[in-house]
Amino acid sequence: MAGIPHDHYEPKPGIETWLHKRLPIVGLVYDTLMIPTPKNLNWMWIWGIVLAFCLALQIVTGIVLVMHYTPHVDMAFASVEHIMRDVNGGHMLRYLHANGASLFFFAVYTHIFRGLYYGSYKAPREVTWIVGMLIYLAMMATAFMGYVLPWGQMSFWGATVITGLFGAIPGVGPTIQEWLLGGPAVDNATLNRFFSLHYLLPFVIAALVAVHIWAFHTTGNNNPTGVEVRRGSKEEAAKDTVPFWPYYVIKDLFALGIVLVIFFAVVGFMPNYLGHPDNYLEANPLATPAHIVPEWYFLPFYAILRAFTADVWVVQLVNFLSFGIVDAKFFGVLAMFGAIAVLAIVPWLDTSSVRSGKFRPKFKAWFWLLVIDFVVLMWVGAMPTDGIYPYISLIAATYWFAYFLVILPLLGVLEKPLPIPATIEEDFKAHYPGAAE
Amino acid sequence: MFRKIAISAVSALALTTGAAFAAGAEAETHDVAFSFEGPFGAFDEHQLQRGLQVFTEVCSGCHGLKYVPIRTLADEGGPHLPEDQVRAYAKNFTVIDKETGEEREALASDNFPANTGAGAPDLSLMAKARAGFHGPYGLGINQMFRGIGGPEHIVSILTGYTGEEKTEAGETFYENHAFPGGWIKMAPPLSDDQVTFADGHPSSLHHMAEDVAAFLMWAAEPHMMARKQTGFVAVIFLVLLTSLLYLTNKRLWAGVKGKKHV
Repeated sequence: MAGIPHDHYEPKPGIETWLHKRLPIVGLVYDTLMIPTPKNLNWMWIWGIVLAFCLALQIVTGIVLVMHYTPHVDMAFASVEHIMRDVNGGHMLRYLHANGASLFFFAVYTHIFRGLYYGSYKAPREVTWIVGMLIYLAMMATAFMGYVLPWGQMSFWGATVITGLFGAIPGVGPTIQEWLLGGPAVDNATLNRFFSLHYLLPFVIAALVAVHIWAFHTTGNNNPTGVEVRRGSKEEAAKDTVPFWPYYVIKDLFALGIVLVIFFAVVGFMPNYLGHPDNYLEANPLATPAHIVPEWYFLPFYAILRAFTADVWVVQLVNFLSFGIVDAKFFGVLAMFGAIAVLAIVPWLDTSSVRSGKFRPKFKAWFWLLVIDFVVLMWVGAMPTDGIYPYISLIAATYWFAYFLVILPLLGVLEKPLPIPATIEEDFKAHYPGAAE
Repeated sequence: MFRKIAISAVSALALTTGAAFAAGAEAETHDVAFSFEGPFGAFDEHQLQRGLQVFTEVCSGCHGLKYVPIRTLADEGGPHLPEDQVRAYAKNFTVIDKETGEEREALASDNFPANTGAGAPDLSLMAKARAGFHGPYGLGINQMFRGIGGPEHIVSILTGYTGEEKTEAGETFYENHAFPGGWIKMAPPLSDDQVTFADGHPSSLHHMAEDVAAFLMWAAEPHMMARKQTGFVAVIFLVLLTSLLYLTNKRLWAGVKGKKHV
């Protein structure tokens, strides 16, 4: 393992050595906590701990909610009301769980954009990035299925719309859709399998998180300069790093504290802020809501799904070239999954030899445009599909693809990067002139 | 620099949520300064009791409240009626016994009965299933201070009738500026002095509408006050903990950054 050189756990004679020879678990914990971490990490490196907290929060509140919830179409909605009214602290559990999902996605989007700005996806961290993308996909599946469980109007109609996406696949689509739903429409079978998977997937996520951490503990953390920690010797490495414990544990906990102050203010004082009022109406297959809107964290990709309508020339061209197999609906589905796919393969799209965006003057402007683009997509995803909104969706969706498929590959060739500090120590001393050797 | 992300992402959330709320209705909703709004807002138990009276004497004729257990009328942070009154009140309703399948007088342990006779919606969650506000600028954040706008929507419906009516396909519709589309099937349910309050509180249309809207907010969110208290305690605790962590972190890093210890 090509880790950063540092002191390893040395078991003392007696019980420690006895255990270490049989199960080196203390050594594993020690090496994980004492991992040398670049000492110049800024406040954007705190979202990992927030995400770990979110996963734990969701699993713990979720397990207790399951004790009181009934996954049946006739009883699910009433059992949620039972939790809200009769279960001790049940209203807090449910609001923590519902808002916890929002915090989870807020943190993951910030974490992903941090990675995009500082080039955390670049060699040798591609596997960390890919595993992170798998976690993100599993999160989306979990959140989507979890939103179906209260069996409100948006639960039902959201499930109908999203599973309908699979129905758009030519040929096998309707079969796949029926297989997913367990029947011709969203019904009890759907609710039961979504419940089962909603309970399973968080543990898959937990396992993937362990792999994610394993991967970046092997390569070492990236940092704002993108300069690697020196690995010639323990002494050299120590000049660029501090041990994770206690330095980053305390810093991360401080940051988590600030995040939680805001989180608990939302849960305590406006817990339905990010929810949809229609989900307080029980699911009714006979009454379609006026506007079916997904949760906010799906809106950017929902906007991309809706952006490519039949009157866009690219869609018409693809339709013609594919002999009508790829119609507008299927094109939209491909675009939506493609939007996540280009994000996943970004390590191989970015041609720049410089890792951190801090030293890439042109890249910066395009990057911030991507952030604005993401926000615009999120906004337009909640808007109706008439008037000027389809044009905004189309332009914003096009930029999303252009950034990854055109701009990033070209920038690496066209851009002249700024001078990069030789070592992390040098960068750190530039900020803190009094820093010790 | 990344602070910008946070700010823009937060405003995006706000914008989209606001839009989601805006989606259903272009109808007019007038703000009411309810006592239970804002982080420290509390239900006024006298208002909830008056609202219960309006619900019982007027609304319950057509509307059910099927998720609300009658016993919760005795809860603190709710109407807080004495338990003997709650037991007596339960006798107003008949329910189908789950075990015998026969009709009997309701007990305090039963829920309010469902009422689907007139095709009227159940009101248990109505105050949360409608949102009146999505400002400022579609940000939706004002619900922190003004509530979610559901009770205001109810008040606006009850007071929004213009007196016009029309008949379409044998059904009568009443013009109401607070209802999406402007025409509602419910005949004006309340008029001035329809209910006589025991405490002598004025019973103009507006007063009754506000009282019953407050009652329905409690019915939809019976643990609101406990929730706000939990939130407040959590925020205070976390602010203290975070302050200590700030000082710990500062001290811890002082050596690395070459700053003097305090």
